[in-house]
Amino acid sequence: MILKASNLAIRFGQTVALRDADVAISPGEIVAIMGPSGSGKSTLLHVLAGILRPEHGEVHLDEQRIDNLSDSRRSRLRLRSFGFVLQFGDLVPELSLRENVELPLRLLSAPRAEARTRSRELLRQLEVDDLADRRPGQVSGGQAQRAAVARALVHRPSVIFADEPTGALDSAAGEVVLDALTGLARKEGSAVVMVTHEARVAAYADRTVFLRDGRVAA
Amino acid sequence: MSVSRILLGLLEPSSQHGYVLRRRYDEWFGTSRPLKSAQVYATLNRLDRDGLISLAGVAAGVGPDRRVYAISEAGVVELDRWLDEPDVPEVTASRKVLFAKVLIALSSGRPAEPMLDRQRQAHLARMRELRVQRQSGDLLGQLDADFEMYHLDADLRWIDGAAARLNRLAALVNAAPDPAAAVPGTHGARQENR
Ligand SMILES: Nc1ncnc2c1ncn2[C@@H]1O[C@H](COP(=O)(O)OP(=O)(O)OP(=O)(O)O)[C@@H](O)[C@H]1O
Ligand SMILES: [Mg+2]
Repeated sequence: MILKASNLAIRFGQTVALRDADVAISPGEIVAIMGPSGSGKSTLLHVLAGILRPEHGEVHLDEQRIDNLSDSRRSRLRLRSFGFVLQFGDLVPELSLRENVELPLRLLSAPRAEARTRSRELLRQLEVDDLADRRPGQVSGGQAQRAAVARALVHRPSVIFADEPTGALDSAAGEVVLDALTGLARKEGSAVVMVTHEARVAAYADRTVFLRDGRVAA
Repeated sequence: MSVSRILLGLLEPSSQHGYVLRRRYDEWFGTSRPLKSAQVYATLNRLDRDGLISLAGVAAGVGPDRRVYAISEAGVVELDRWLDEPDVPEVTASRKVLFAKVLIALSSGRPAEPMLDRQRQAHLARMRELRVQRQSGDLLGQLDADFEMYHLDADLRWIDGAAARLNRLAALVNAAPDPAAAVPGTHGARQENR
């Protein structure tokens, strides 16, 4: 298992968002998380990704327990080991697509030339290389989302987390993004944990975890 | 599927052996259920009897494989009618089995939720297979996979909608008058077993 969480529980005030949730992800595995609105999908994703700290339970990345690390060590670990694709491309609006894709490598202090080569290669594979110098506001939603996929992959993370990665796209643009995300993740060996409410999206995964009322129902 | 109308349509461009028709049918429509040759010949015989096709010749040799058929004028009229008429928008009975299972589970006091969860997983597993087929297939294979995927997707939406309303549905189903109660000597299994 690359990522393993057991007995997760978390509340927001009176709302129990997760109770007794167990999830285990194998290296390179693609897993979809489904469930009704409010069932705890995004919360689970945030706990697995070390963004939220659970009240109960543990999260392990490889052999390392990560839920009890300090905030700064957790954000360092997120930067190094995880990639993220959110519903509305959270690219930095002031940076070009190329600079956005290079960003994780720059933050990890990779050599500039290496960041350049790697981002160029990914943008090419995602067929947005001719838009590399435009800013996110100057490309379509689908194109921006492909750049977000490149950014999520650029530092070869062990796990990519995606929350409704195609939620804002029509089905044709969504398929291009999903083909790229799952195809490249498989090729590079990154696991993917992807929240979606669409079965056609979940069909890209190896299996589906279904949540109900904060529990894993199936 | 309307095998006879499909064969009629395949015959229209040119007269053919039953063998050629069967091969074309399997190529386009036979991915899940290829046609048996006996079925082809029985269908051609019926179309012949109904005057929609006629024997156009017999190639050298013996056996049913040698007969060459051509569409008749009445056949063209029937083919036009079949193609022009929209199909009745309907859901096949087999797709509604799940609907029946949910009602029977609830009315017999069983939980329906685990059943819906298992069905959801089974549907998702099939959608994953179709996704693979879709990625590797040619255009025909892709459209074929899409057709099934969108239908499964519709089932899944129904499953989600039903799962969200199970409590209300259980109350409704169990409030219905019990037919067995009106017949003396009949056992209302529901009350006694559960
Ligand atoms: N920051 C927060 N503060 C208060 N309540 C929260 C917070 N985040 C989530 N919740 C609550 O926790 C529950 C689970 O929320 P979560 O966002 O995980 O649901 P979800 O399954 O992702 O739903 P959706 O499909 O609508 O995105 C909900 O009842 C939600 O209102
Ligand atoms: Mg959510």
